[in-house]
Amino acid sequence: MQSRFSSAALAAGVTLILGFMVLGISFSVEGVVPTLEVSESHKIIGLLIGAGLVFLLQYFRAEVSKVTAKMKGDGQAHELPSFMRTEKQQRVLAFWAVGALLLFPFLSSRGAVDIATLTLIYVMLGLGLNVVVGLAGLLDLGYVGFYAVGAYSYALLNLYFDMSFWMALPIAGGLAALFGYLLGFPVLRLRGDYLAIVTLGFGEIIRILLNNWTELTGGPNGIARIPKPTLFGLEFNRRPSEEGATTFHDFFGISYSSEYKVIFLYLMALLLVLLTIYVIRRLVRMPIGRAWEALREDDIACRSLGLNPTNIKLGAFTIGASFAGFAGSFFAARQGFISPESFTFIESAIILAIVVLGGMGSQLGVVLAACAMTILPEMAREFDEYRMLLFGLMMVLMMIWRPQGLLPMKRPHLELKRD
Amino acid sequence: MSDSIYYFIQQIANGLTIGSTYALIAIGYTMVYGIIGMINFAHGEVYMIGTYISFIVLAGLTMLGFDNVFIMVGLAMLVGIMIASAYGFTIEKVAYKPLRSSKRLIALISAIGMSIFLQNYIRLAQGSRDIAMPSMIQGGFLLGDPDGSHILISYMQVIIIVTTVICMAGLTLFISRSRMGRACRASAQDIGMTNLLGINSNNVIATTFIIGASLAAVAGTLLGMYYGVVNPYVGFIAGLKAFTAAVLGGIGSIPGAMLGGLLLGVSESLTAGYFTAEYKDVVAFSLLILILLFMPQGILGKPEVEKI
Amino acid sequence: MTNLLTVKDLTMRFGGLLAVNGVNLEVGEKQIVSVIGPNGAGKTTVFNCVSGFYIPTAGSVMFQGKEMRGKPGFKIAQEGMVRTFQNVRLFKEMTVIENLLVAQHMHAEHNLLKGFFMTSDFKKKEQELMDRAAYWLEKVGLLDFANREAGNLAYGQQRRLEIARCMVTEPKLLMLDEPAAGLNPNETKDLDELIVHLKDEQGISILLIEHDMGLVMGISDQIYVVNQGEPLASGTPAEIQANPEVIKAYLGEE
Repeated sequence: MQSRFSSAALAAGVTLILGFMVLGISFSVEGVVPTLEVSESHKIIGLLIGAGLVFLLQYFRAEVSKVTAKMKGDGQAHELPSFMRTEKQQRVLAFWAVGALLLFPFLSSRGAVDIATLTLIYVMLGLGLNVVVGLAGLLDLGYVGFYAVGAYSYALLNLYFDMSFWMALPIAGGLAALFGYLLGFPVLRLRGDYLAIVTLGFGEIIRILLNNWTELTGGPNGIARIPKPTLFGLEFNRRPSEEGATTFHDFFGISYSSEYKVIFLYLMALLLVLLTIYVIRRLVRMPIGRAWEALREDDIACRSLGLNPTNIKLGAFTIGASFAGFAGSFFAARQGFISPESFTFIESAIILAIVVLGGMGSQLGVVLAACAMTILPEMAREFDEYRMLLFGLMMVLMMIWRPQGLLPMKRPHLELKRD
Repeated sequence: MSDSIYYFIQQIANGLTIGSTYALIAIGYTMVYGIIGMINFAHGEVYMIGTYISFIVLAGLTMLGFDNVFIMVGLAMLVGIMIASAYGFTIEKVAYKPLRSSKRLIALISAIGMSIFLQNYIRLAQGSRDIAMPSMIQGGFLLGDPDGSHILISYMQVIIIVTTVICMAGLTLFISRSRMGRACRASAQDIGMTNLLGINSNNVIATTFIIGASLAAVAGTLLGMYYGVVNPYVGFIAGLKAFTAAVLGGIGSIPGAMLGGLLLGVSESLTAGYFTAEYKDVVAFSLLILILLFMPQGILGKPEVEKI
Repeated sequence: MTNLLTVKDLTMRFGGLLAVNGVNLEVGEKQIVSVIGPNGAGKTTVFNCVSGFYIPTAGSVMFQGKEMRGKPGFKIAQEGMVRTFQNVRLFKEMTVIENLLVAQHMHAEHNLLKGFFMTSDFKKKEQELMDRAAYWLEKVGLLDFANREAGNLAYGQQRRLEIARCMVTEPKLLMLDEPAAGLNPNETKDLDELIVHLKDEQGISILLIEHDMGLVMGISDQIYVVNQGEPLASGTPAEIQANPEVIKAYLGEE
């Protein structure tokens, strides 16, 4: 009989060997001669800690799996805490939450508001992807492609046609939706995992095109000086950008402060997010929302009842893409500068990680996950280096231990009321 | 006239070189898919790790004063195979085995997480910049006029193609003759049934991952020496290319992966040679999308019948 | 009288295996027609071909005078030919009533804007779906279970829910794949009554695959026997019972 000590020691040993070759030795080139040296001490320490963790995990395997089994739950969605179960309680809570979010920018620092705005963009992206992945059950690995379409739509429309943000926003959303529709139409017939790879390829194609079509997009240099949105034509600059334009502080006769702009952007992002949440809340209560769930459960049964799976999936794909388009054009406006670098596969993976962490299909879960995943790295800068490493690890562990996400969906059931 | 023919043949030769390494990596995708029906998204990272290991071994041997290139390359490949297959084995144990009864998408997300994890693990360990290895095998066969139109096939290209042929022949022998090979083939047909017949499916699956990782490490060593550089991000694109090759040939089919790899390599090299190198990745991805849409079973694969 | 459904020379080949060979079927208006045969005779394959889940290798499937062969399953269902499955395929995590609402997707309001703003139009349509669902739940005796999760129902109830789910789509032909499998004699009797009711009161036709000979012989207008993918005999229940070929296929020779 194999003792648990020896199997744990074996696992730790394997970890040491696997890790030593890449962590323990550093490769460098001196002149033209490649040389090796023993790595910096923190890598070695990291390796030893890793091996120690593996040893402990293996040694206490039985205990660990007891805990993880509990985490998994019974696969069912958990009940919400008692203070937020009824529709009325939820409405009151939502009211207070929105109130707090509205007040937040006036009470906190400029930096905090800025991070909050970024977080809201990720919330929006997470919610949009959640429609595709969580509600319709389609794994889209090229979501960032639609985000790019939205961002570049605004940037290019502004660059070539001098179009304002508010004019461009619906066009950007519409264009992203159109891309979603055109891509989805042929590929949504594919099986789930093939669909994932095809969308990944699509996202990469978009990025490569943006990178290489230098005459139109500026290539890797991107597009700079994208104007910020205006409030009914009022600009948030110190001086009007052109003859005849009015600035916000002149109009209200107050002195200029760069904070107005930051706060305005935050409030706009908040508005977009609230709108997104409302739209999705309605969608799940509409026939198409029901069809998404049915399709996720049994696509053969759906077809036998006359539901056209491709159309229903196409709905989710197009709607999800349009949210990415809105988020993208807002992102372009906030940054003032975009380049293909912002739209790599890693970005898609981060958005997917948000959906996975929050709980597929769960709006509240996705909102909280997006906050956690953007705010934590900002709070601990030294942690930034390890961000993607931990995201990857988290995706694996979540799938193994809690595939339904931290806060799984509690779907609203339509009830038959009888008198 | 003859000029353009020389050019064409040169492109084909280059394409076959790259294509054979795609084929080596594609075997890993196709065998795993054939047996457990999942896309091993982290496979490209195993290839990348294999390249790093072989670079480290080559550098180590150089420092120790070895000068026989063949022994050095052989050793680098051997160590690369050992470490990469240990990675392949571990990846399966950690990230896929607990999910065998889950839905496909759950396993795929886990695989994507694994891929991101490995990529960043290597980035943290070895830095995110290119590391370069001076070319150890120089020269080649020259056909035609050295100053005018000619074809140059480097010794490295020859080594890549010959090694690939040897690996493929070995794999074919293993699959068709050995006991484990038979078990693999049976499992690809129906893994539940072979399990009932007393074949340990865990061993079969582990073997599949080890074979796939070994071949990826061979490809990593060869391609690393061919290009002379590696960085933590090469696995992602190489993995996608190899997956395209596997799908093109018909996923689940080993000869299909070989054929698909060669076809993809040649079509990429022709695109780069006659149109523009910047869009060769676009060609590969568009090819993937088109095959999946119009020929999802690939060239040598079998069409799937939906179970109702 | 023209037939509702006419299947001619239906042939299905999977690679080298000839699963169905030259099967003919005719279903008239307001008829119950059964397909019987030993296990593995290819009955379900016939169903899958007729309902569009497989594309038959050869032959034709005419429904209400229109060719259905090669059309995808959902289109055929929209034409009014709806089926159940041998291993009940409900949406298990949705409630009973939601199963019936999903099934009425083709009658639902698809204008997203009307849905967002909950126009009176939208609400009226949704109420209609609810009403039709409630009507059918009552018919199959599941009204009390409307808000339960479908997966928690007893097996016999799941079978009845599956039939109700077909009926809310308002089909002209209902195809039942072994509806009595796994039911006890009492439940089978209820099912028997339900099927006859569907024909007499609702005026639809039913195509039935069944092993329970009591059920088949009692309610069928016409019976087709299939053996090893080939048509063996057809006729009224009395004719089939007297047919020596059929007896041989079921009981083996001597």
